[in-house]
Amino acid sequence: MPDPYSLRVNGVDCEVADSDLAESLLFVLRERLGLTGTKNACTEGECSSCAVLIDGVLTCSCLVLAATAAGQEVTTVEGLSNGRDGLSVVQEAFVDEGAVQCGFCTPGLIVAVHDLLEANADPSDGDVREALSGNLCRCTGYGRILAAVNTAAEAKRSQP
Amino acid sequence: MTSEAVNTAAGGSTATGTGADTIVDAGTRGVGANVGRPDGVPKVQGRFAFSSDLWADDFLWGHTLRSPHASALIRGIDIGPAVAMAGVYAVLLADDVPGCLTYGLEHGDQPALADGQVRYVGEPVALVAADHPDIARRAAEAIVVDYEVTEPVTDAEAAPTADPIHPDGNIFREIAIRHGDLDVTGEVVVEGVYEVGMQDQAFMGPESGMALPDEDGSVELFVSTQWLHVDREQIAACLGIDEEKVRLTLAGVGGAFGAREDLSLQVHLCLLALHTGKPVKMVYSRDESFLGHVHRHPAKMWYRHHADRCGRLVKVEARIVLDGGAYASTSSAVIANASCFAAGPYKVPAAHIVGLAARTNNPPCGAMRGFGAVQTCFGHESQMDKLAAALDMDPVELRLLNAIAPGDRLVTGQVITGTFPTAEVIRQCAYAPEPEIPPSDDRRDLPGGSGRTTDAADTVRGTGFAVGFKNLMFSEGYDDYSSAACRVSDGVATITCACAEVGQGFVTLAQQIARTELGVDEVILAPAQTATIGSAGSSSASRQTWMSGGAVQAACREVRTQILADMAADWGVSPDGLVLRDGLVVSLDGQQEALLAQVTAGAGYEADVEYHHAPTEPLDENGQGNAHVSFACAAHRATVDVDPDLGLVRVRDITTAQDVGRILNPTQAVGQIEGGIAQGLGLALMEEIVLDDGLVRNASFTDYVIPTTLDMPDVTIAAFVEEPEPGAPYGAKGIGEPPTISSSAAIAAAVRAATGQPLPRIPIRPADIALG
Repeated sequence: MPDPYSLRVNGVDCEVADSDLAESLLFVLRERLGLTGTKNACTEGECSSCAVLIDGVLTCSCLVLAATAAGQEVTTVEGLSNGRDGLSVVQEAFVDEGAVQCGFCTPGLIVAVHDLLEANADPSDGDVREALSGNLCRCTGYGRILAAVNTAAEAKRSQP
Repeated sequence: MTSEAVNTAAGGSTATGTGADTIVDAGTRGVGANVGRPDGVPKVQGRFAFSSDLWADDFLWGHTLRSPHASALIRGIDIGPAVAMAGVYAVLLADDVPGCLTYGLEHGDQPALADGQVRYVGEPVALVAADHPDIARRAAEAIVVDYEVTEPVTDAEAAPTADPIHPDGNIFREIAIRHGDLDVTGEVVVEGVYEVGMQDQAFMGPESGMALPDEDGSVELFVSTQWLHVDREQIAACLGIDEEKVRLTLAGVGGAFGAREDLSLQVHLCLLALHTGKPVKMVYSRDESFLGHVHRHPAKMWYRHHADRCGRLVKVEARIVLDGGAYASTSSAVIANASCFAAGPYKVPAAHIVGLAARTNNPPCGAMRGFGAVQTCFGHESQMDKLAAALDMDPVELRLLNAIAPGDRLVTGQVITGTFPTAEVIRQCAYAPEPEIPPSDDRRDLPGGSGRTTDAADTVRGTGFAVGFKNLMFSEGYDDYSSAACRVSDGVATITCACAEVGQGFVTLAQQIARTELGVDEVILAPAQTATIGSAGSSSASRQTWMSGGAVQAACREVRTQILADMAADWGVSPDGLVLRDGLVVSLDGQQEALLAQVTAGAGYEADVEYHHAPTEPLDENGQGNAHVSFACAAHRATVDVDPDLGLVRVRDITTAQDVGRILNPTQAVGQIEGGIAQGLGLALMEEIVLDDGLVRNASFTDYVIPTTLDMPDVTIAAFVEEPEPGAPYGAKGIGEPPTISSSAAIAAAVRAATGQPLPRIPIRPADIALG
């Protein structure tokens, strides 16, 4: 086994031990660090259920070798909670609008919507659809998800 | 109960039908209210544990070696290279299955591991357990299998007369429906041949789970499934141990849509765990998932419709061939649905319908949302449009003229005794205002999107309409039931039910029902498992709202009856004058009141019930009989833009109306309808498992394309048609399947309207339009 290395995840330094260097960031987050919020629907970069932010850049964690993320700031869905009941405005909107069914795509969407609204506080319908077009959802048909994004964007804009 | 007690939280929609008179007010969180999912917060936080998130001390990873051939004999298997690898704990073959080698939902013809022969690409051949998933995978690849490849049977039409590819033969089921005067002919006759491709359920959460062995030879399995108890029955038989020694608990399910009704890795996990004495976890990769579960049956359908000159249907003739793939799965139920509903929701005085589900060396097919009804809906609705054209009649008027209604007979001879508001559903959808689709210079709105070369000036618009229906719950004499337990202690209700929550929102409904029946607010849902509660049946066939909803309702009512009887005795009044509401036991005359928390302090009250629906009958030799419990219909109107030169389609609007009985949770209902339509859109335009001599060519989300945010239009729900269904708890019908049944047919009709092409096959491929 290679030497342990350290990943900074959600503001916490985490030592990764006994890990093959061929392991993806998705695998290490889930199986080495116990952060199973990041999901594994396709593990080939097609569904975005594994989306995380690496130094603020939206990334499919299944396509990144974990060791290459050493020294960078990794943010997962677990790192986005705050506010009411520990929910971000995006998470709150997903709950309130009924955007969650089975919930397997949800963490990746939460991360992607955070990323979108950071970059564009007032996205058009086309902007939202394009930004989320890489996040596959099989349950909802996206209607309630798009409603949640609008609700979250409004809530975020009205925040002081 | 008083009329004021009726819960009207659902946007002022007042239930007036069956069951409503006994609904107790539960504030805004009972039946009918827009209550949020109890698992919503953990799901948005990433804290909800799915079946792929499981962990145990010292667990191993399992992996499955699968057949690369559609048909081959196995001359020998050398596991030596795999066993020799460091980190490998077990390599198992068919001989290591201690009990019955085969399993199956309706017919046990599928080997848990291939025994001397493989019959489809992806058939499990060997299992490996290792201490790292990559080692398990590499060890599986190191197993040397000596195959003698044989010619596969891949044409379902030819299968019945081909050499048998299984000892049970190549025919899963043949059905003939003969109804009315078969010699009658119509003044106007239209014919068509239609095809439907093989669709995949493509749930997001891959097949996964963990088995933990016990020293006494028993095993505990945490798994994502649709039906815990039938899994247990099949697993125990394969393991050769008593069912009590196999304990299943539902792990978080990442969608199902039919694909988890059959076993996938259940037996394999338990075998590896019992063999190694260690917990074993398995998670399918996406390509393995495409090979590891059943699909929607591809169909070929020949139709002939007869009508009089006014447009009244006189006779429908149809022949339907479904490709069941290598093993039986639920093919017999799927061909029954396809045949029984082949004529659509119309009054048809005479019908001759012949259905065949055949065995081939293609991947096994089974349940998928709307099973059987989806395929034939494309056929009968294509025919209705063709008939309308032949009659020079408005296609909606033609459907209204023939719409089936209570009191009419299906082609199976069954008289409709429940609600069946076909005409209302058609009217509400078809006559809803046309969608406003403003001109847009956003390339993302064009067919093919911003990355393609469609010129807005070249696009053509079309609108199509379709209506479909199917049965709710299981049919043909199956004694279908669900079990639930209710306990009220210290004023808190706990519901135990083995119903598989697969994303549909049963957990929300169960809490709403308990609140409504018991007047409590806090409702705890115990885990779905097999150890302490009976079967809930499958989360399929639009049945759980009725069946497990009915079981939860009955269990709560039993507890309510016990509580009210005791309080009536204490107070010396009649229990008829007492109700539970707002956490209180109160008398309607206002004289008595007690806190439910005090009344139920300590052990409290408990009831355990089994809920059955009304019995049904098998179909006779002419396909006649009261085989179905209840029906639900929906209509869809699609508006599409098409680039005829490039063959690209953009769906701009879907408007729908649906027969729902009664809405129990409006937001969840909307979610089911939008999600079901998305799967219908996928089948109409993009989703197909492409086979080449039995080999799956597109087992990935790169090549098997499902709708994204850029493909799905806004859905306009013109109406929930609420006619409470007699006999159904709260009058509610299951709503999961109808959105998928006619949406594909409506989109196909819209593309036909835009292009003038016949388009007899879905999914419609670009070449079908551009080169058609």
